[in-house]
Amino acid sequence: MGLLSDPNRRKALTNLLTRLNAPICMVCYLAAIVWFMGLAFEPFTLRTYMSENAMGSTMVEERFSSGERALSLAKEFDAHKRKAGGMPVEWLVKAMQARGLEVFTQSFSRKLPFPDENKERYMVRGTNVYGILRAPRAPRTEALVITAPCSPGNSDNQAVGLLLALAQYFRNQIFWAKDIIFLVNEHDLIGMQAWLEGYHHTNITGVKLKNYLMTQFHNWSIQAALSLELSSDVITSLDLILEGLNGQLPNLDLANLFYAFCQKLGVLCTIQGKLQRNDWDTAEGYTHAAQTMMLMVLKQACGRSWGDHGLFLRYHIEAASIRGINGFRHYKMDVATIGRLLEGMVRKLNNLLERLHQSYFFYLLPSLSRFVSIGYYMPAFGLLAVILLLRALDLWVNLGAPALEAVDGVTEAEQPSGPGVLTVLTPVVISHLTGVALYLLPVHLQEMAVEHFPVSETEAVVLTAVAIYTAGLALPHNTQRLLSGEGTEQGWKVLKLTALLYLAVLLGCTALINFSLGFVLAVTLVPITASMTPHMPKALSALAMVLLSPAFTILYCVFIYQELIEAPVSVGEGWMLFLSVISQGILDHALYGSLVYPLLALFIYPCWLMFWNILFWS
Amino acid sequence: MAAHRCGLSVVCILIFSSLAHPSSCDTLEKANDNTATKRRISEVNTDGSVAGEDMNERQWQSTDVEVNRSDGTKNGETFAPAKDQFQEELVIRPLHSGDIYASFQFRTLWDTDFLQEGQKKVSHYRLFPKSLGQVLSKFSVQELHISFTQGFWRTMQWGQPFIPSPPGAELWVWFHDTVSDVDGNWKELTNVLSGIFCASLNFIDMTNTVQPSASFKPLGLGNATDHRFLRYATLPREIVCTENLTPWKKLLPCGSKAGLAVLMKSEKLFHSSFHSQAVHIRPICQDEQCTSKAWELRQTLNVVFDHYTSGQGKKEWSLFKMFSRTLTEACPLASSSKVYVDITDNPEGELFELSPATPLLSQAVVLGDRRTYSVYDLTRAETFGQLRSFNLLLRWKGDSGDMLRPLLHAERYVAGFGLQTGEIHTVIYNNHPYRAFPVLLMDSVPWYLQLYIHTLTVTSKSRDNKPSYIHYQPAKDRHRPHLLEMLIQLPPHSMTEVTVQFERALLKWTEYTPDPNHGFYVGSSVVSALVPSMVAMSTNFTQDQPLFSSFVPVKEESSYFVRVYTEPLLVNLPTPDFSMPYNVICLTCTVVAVGYGSFYNLLTRTFQVDEPSPPLAKRLANFIRRIRGVPLLA
Repeated sequence: MGLLSDPNRRKALTNLLTRLNAPICMVCYLAAIVWFMGLAFEPFTLRTYMSENAMGSTMVEERFSSGERALSLAKEFDAHKRKAGGMPVEWLVKAMQARGLEVFTQSFSRKLPFPDENKERYMVRGTNVYGILRAPRAPRTEALVITAPCSPGNSDNQAVGLLLALAQYFRNQIFWAKDIIFLVNEHDLIGMQAWLEGYHHTNITGVKLKNYLMTQFHNWSIQAALSLELSSDVITSLDLILEGLNGQLPNLDLANLFYAFCQKLGVLCTIQGKLQRNDWDTAEGYTHAAQTMMLMVLKQACGRSWGDHGLFLRYHIEAASIRGINGFRHYKMDVATIGRLLEGMVRKLNNLLERLHQSYFFYLLPSLSRFVSIGYYMPAFGLLAVILLLRALDLWVNLGAPALEAVDGVTEAEQPSGPGVLTVLTPVVISHLTGVALYLLPVHLQEMAVEHFPVSETEAVVLTAVAIYTAGLALPHNTQRLLSGEGTEQGWKVLKLTALLYLAVLLGCTALINFSLGFVLAVTLVPITASMTPHMPKALSALAMVLLSPAFTILYCVFIYQELIEAPVSVGEGWMLFLSVISQGILDHALYGSLVYPLLALFIYPCWLMFWNILFWS
Repeated sequence: MAAHRCGLSVVCILIFSSLAHPSSCDTLEKANDNTATKRRISEVNTDGSVAGEDMNERQWQSTDVEVNRSDGTKNGETFAPAKDQFQEELVIRPLHSGDIYASFQFRTLWDTDFLQEGQKKVSHYRLFPKSLGQVLSKFSVQELHISFTQGFWRTMQWGQPFIPSPPGAELWVWFHDTVSDVDGNWKELTNVLSGIFCASLNFIDMTNTVQPSASFKPLGLGNATDHRFLRYATLPREIVCTENLTPWKKLLPCGSKAGLAVLMKSEKLFHSSFHSQAVHIRPICQDEQCTSKAWELRQTLNVVFDHYTSGQGKKEWSLFKMFSRTLTEACPLASSSKVYVDITDNPEGELFELSPATPLLSQAVVLGDRRTYSVYDLTRAETFGQLRSFNLLLRWKGDSGDMLRPLLHAERYVAGFGLQTGEIHTVIYNNHPYRAFPVLLMDSVPWYLQLYIHTLTVTSKSRDNKPSYIHYQPAKDRHRPHLLEMLIQLPPHSMTEVTVQFERALLKWTEYTPDPNHGFYVGSSVVSALVPSMVAMSTNFTQDQPLFSSFVPVKEESSYFVRVYTEPLLVNLPTPDFSMPYNVICLTCTVVAVGYGSFYNLLTRTFQVDEPSPPLAKRLANFIRRIRGVPLLA
């Protein structure tokens, strides 16, 4: 700081920074990209290890053997599900009661803001059934949750069958210290949301709970939850899904626990559907790890819950989904093995004395046995954020230079006293109003749109959103001219300074909560926003700006994601996917309170519009 | 009646008993615990004679006789003096859920009243444990109730227990009204009891002790109403295990060597769904005229066995299966020793079958319900049969029907999520079809949940229900907990919800427990009520009574006292990350030091334009010029 308090040296430093600003920014950007890609390189990452003492030292002996019973229960469940045309409530209640559980049901109904075309639902009505295994001699303060969805069609029957078989087996054991809740939820996340809201006696998303039976039996603090998805009698591998709502992740110890038991029982386990490879020193090995990590980043960035577990995380309940995959491999496992795996995990969780808190909550996984902690990945984002700050500093120095001369004694009365607040405020306000329109109008105008155009409600919502987004491009760059006449040189500089700092704060906050989202947005937004001036060739830079706008970022993410999961799509299909991603984003926000859509509509897009405004400053 | 017999012919009985069971008595005495031996030795010492084991035995009896005689001469011949006596019983109730509820009660009577003037020092103990007797006299305890419970009583499945208790440890004590320093006595008493019962009762301090104004009234003699002499505390976290059971068993006159206490094998008792042991001490009348007081010590142990986990799904029960022991004799010191089996739901034997069968039946109104019991008297030889061992067998035949919902039921939970605020909901159910009755709700909440008492609402049937009595004592941070007592009228067949919001306090870093991420416990709230009786409810209760006696329901049977405990709560408080304090301290100190230092520097420094200093030659020339008095160079 002595450096800054000495005017000469300060001047030298600022000179250096302004002179070398562009090269430094370039270097920072490249360094950020290289750093990020380096995270997937195995020698740079840490090996995962179990931090929680209560789960580490004692290996349990798994004895679950009723795989056949699970399968026959699954068949029975399937038959009753078909007969009932949904959740077979009565059968399930009886089945759970016969296994010595206390059984309760919870009915809920929900009207979606607009029809969900992916899952074909609009008015949702359903029932959750859950049975409680009371731990002997426990004062009803803690619980574990195991869930299986009741999905339409043939899927997830085996999960319910296994759930019931596990319940029967667990009921005969005496070592439980925590109550265990076996939950079968209908309508996947909507049912789960209803259950969690009933459980916590809150109403944050407007699910209608029919009865308050729920309130009678929920005073535990839930320590952990496992969600089970299993659709075939034999499986080849198990996939672990961690990404939850708003990019929240469960404690890394939960993933470690899963990995430890997969190792112990010789079960193939994957993350992001990708097996682990041992050849990190070859190009293929590195690419594989990088792809796995990129998939995790993309999934986390989109902020939706990738399994039924995702909603638990909001309530500070560590949760993960385990999905059975039946691929084309020789080595197959039966349901009993998965049962043993779950038994082992639940018994270890049962040993917990405290909530899972020892290990990391912020991490990226290039493979199941390696992780990147927040300390390692944050510099990549930091390097990007520094660019914005450097550019802001440069502008600040530029703006301050003439003022400094004025202090020197050359009294020039005709020197303009800086740009008015109005010049800056107008574009800021107008951009944000456009953002508010983008946030509110699509859902609220759907009826009007359906009346006037031959489209369905979902299409109406998505197309309105796209239309408002595009209309926003035409709007704000003429605004300041209306109010304050000709835009001055200083005017855009002040606006750009404001916009740069605003973007830096926005991205910084986003990255702290959801690193992936912050990083993905920074990678696309930073280069164009950092270099934008009104003096660049209009057509070319406008094209560049549009191509690097938030909407196109989503489009690129869709293509990259499809490429990474080895299901590449054509441009037309990609466009359709892009539209459905937008509708899902809006739905996720309305149904579960996902924050990505409001963040993009209310903050990132207006911020980008401010730069758009600068480009057309005249 | 037993008392009379005992009083009239103590000598004969004692001699008889020592003759009848010489071997058992001997082994009993030899293997008896330390305290018993010490007790005996101290008695011997007071008598001034030291002898061997057999001498001790005789000595003990003879002193007893002497005391008797002196008592007898003092009181005259008009009525026989009541004597120390001991009763034991076991009640087995098959529950509707298929579980088995076993409840032991041991009652020791002690004919002394040391609280009266002049009788402060009592050094003679016979059946009453000396460790407790000394505690009673030293701390001037009027009444003492202590319970240790592992598990939660499931009222909705099991009905009401005979003696309710909250999970963890509960202690409430009425002190005698001559005590001046109640808090001091309380503190010492908890520490002493902590030693006696091997429990962490020493964690009871002023931050979890309350003085309820109405919920806990004395159960024995003396109508003390000044709640200054009452102290109540719970430790919901206390874990009960064998180390608490052993000292509890040692308080019994026969230890665990004879009588019903033989069944108390800890490995079986703790292989159950519910375990609760308690000690209740209170003063009672010695006789009908109540001219003098006696002390009653009740030791109770309640266990619920899970038919499912231990029976492999088969519903068949025997004493041996439950306790891995059978009964072979009553405690020789006991004046009555009985086993009761609740057969109310099984009048014709269609639900379950008991073997051996017993002709003895007994009826009692328990918790407002008329129950029928099969009685097995262990003092009679024929109970044990030819095998000289009593193994009660209970075989289920059919499925038991649905249980009547308990008339009063309460539960509690925390609503909301996050670590800043929350809401405590207490829900009380009145399942009586047409009678309203009032209940007393008592809540003791630790100070670190800061209750917003203005948000307190009581609603029944979605209408505001104004409590007729509210006693609220706000908490003082780090000194005392919140105490909230309310008298609420419960409308018939209704659900009453009491909600109050709270904010979670941020503790000082030394105040966290070693496992802060486990959460912090809030003790059970207590609902006490006089509940209208089922007997009064039934229309055909006249069938076995004369008509003239039954038009107006008998008062004792028309309502009964019930205490219901809710679940304890586990609440998470905002917890710092304790796993890396060193890193955090280093980092924050560095940041503060660097930031503060440089900002302070920037803010306080004054900036001046500095003249560039002239070269050395010029300075030298100027110096010489100054000496010469010549104008300086520019």
